[in-house]
Amino acid sequence: MKKIEAIIRKSNFSKVKQALHSVEVNFFTYWDVTGVGNEKEGHVYRGVTYSTSDIQRRYLSIIVSDEFVERTINAILESAYTGEVGDGKIFVFPAEEAYRIRTKETGKTSLN
Amino acid sequence: MELLTSNNVWMMICTALVFFMHLGFSFLEIGLTRQKNTINILFKNFFVITMGLLVYCGFGFNLMYPGEFGIIEGVLGFAGFGLDPGIGYDQLTYAGGGYTYWTDFLFQGMFAATAATIISGAVAERIKIGSFMLLAFLYVSIVYPIVGSWQWGGGFFSTFISEDLGFYDFAGSTLVHSVGGWGALVAIYFLGARKGKFDSDGKPLAIPGSNLPISAAGVLILWLGWFGFNGGSVLSADPALTSLTLVTTCLAAAAGGIGAAVLSGILYKNLDLTMFMNGVLGGLVGITAGADQMLPHTAILIGLIAGGIVVLSVALLDKCKLDDPVGAIPVHLFCGIWGTLAVGLFGELAGFDQFMVQLACVGITAVFCVIGGTIITLIVKSIAGLRVDEKEEDDGLDIAEHGTRAYGDFSIN
Repeated sequence: MKKIEAIIRKSNFSKVKQALHSVEVNFFTYWDVTGVGNEKEGHVYRGVTYSTSDIQRRYLSIIVSDEFVERTINAILESAYTGEVGDGKIFVFPAEEAYRIRTKETGKTSLN
Repeated sequence: MELLTSNNVWMMICTALVFFMHLGFSFLEIGLTRQKNTINILFKNFFVITMGLLVYCGFGFNLMYPGEFGIIEGVLGFAGFGLDPGIGYDQLTYAGGGYTYWTDFLFQGMFAATAATIISGAVAERIKIGSFMLLAFLYVSIVYPIVGSWQWGGGFFSTFISEDLGFYDFAGSTLVHSVGGWGALVAIYFLGARKGKFDSDGKPLAIPGSNLPISAAGVLILWLGWFGFNGGSVLSADPALTSLTLVTTCLAAAAGGIGAAVLSGILYKNLDLTMFMNGVLGGLVGITAGADQMLPHTAILIGLIAGGIVVLSVALLDKCKLDDPVGAIPVHLFCGIWGTLAVGLFGELAGFDQFMVQLACVGITAVFCVIGGTIITLIVKSIAGLRVDEKEEDDGLDIAEHGTRAYGDFSIN
């Protein structure tokens, strides 16, 4: 069992979501985050040009059983790609155990 | 009587429209500043309209319209405290039957509060609330009605050279907008810029507004309010004049917006909504001095130039290290001066002599407002100080001065 976390562009979220559904990853959590990175966003406000390194992204957290790991990662790699700086990152962590609270199931059966 | 009734109804509608402008100012200011100062701005706007009306009732109206200049001829008169139409008041003959005494008071009272609101926007996000209240009170009590009396009260501006060659300021490009603008300029000079507005080299930084949709609503409300501000300044429901005034007003607003959008687009390669909006307001202020004197094409020209003035003077203030978060000074001061001078350049009154009178009265107003504003600001500074301390500015005036937040359980930062 693994935890896969991914930082992606908000604008790619619906593509990523669709790609995950198409490889039958139907359960995941996401939230909006702000990060700091190499990318600078240029802005103009009332004649003053400024850039901010604060970058808005969406963070996904997905727990999958081992046989789903590769296809989940591939789905994100494909669907979150634009080729521009700032497409994001994917992290994979081991996950110890999972419980479904309602049924008390554990392990793989608790994930789907 | 029927004529008075229809005149008076129109004037009361205009009064209500000018009142509505206070919502416009509030929205504009809230949107162009940060959310941590929202309550503070609303508080100031509530104070300005409530205090403004009470002061105007108490003595402002009688200082601005003294009837006779008993203290200094043509400069200062006072007709006593409180409101009283006086013995022998006949509503049919009062003001030529354009409106009643009571409408007169309320319409002018709404204008008085407007001048103080202009200051409120410029000093936003860093002035102590108590100090602002004192400053606004003194400015609306003293500076605004005295300058107003020189022209609208029948003082020396109105017959500057002779009975036939006086200053002309139809609805207050100078008397309302520039007076407020000068007060704002003096106040921000002594107040200093917001923390984070200029970097250590003095380069201007951007502090983006928190809510541009609400600012846009504010600007459109102000535009609507100007139907009353200029339309009511006809001082009757005269069909030809009121209609012409609304046409010139709207055309100048439109041209002002386009002028500012195009110029800022060319200069900064960016389509800046806040400049577009300030341009609309600049056009409105620009046409205010001569709204009943202009033809449609001159109104458009005045508006276009006002729009350009807004964009250039926003940059000028940045250069001078002056911080005006909402663009009150470009809009009200610079476009107010432009609009006043434009009466000498275009329209029915245009001519060299008229232009020089306009220029002289703009200058006298400037001197009086800057001196008056400086004295008031320094008095306030010595009594209570002007600025909140650094931590209060960081935390936001909502928490520091009012102990609460504008959006209680809702927050995206």
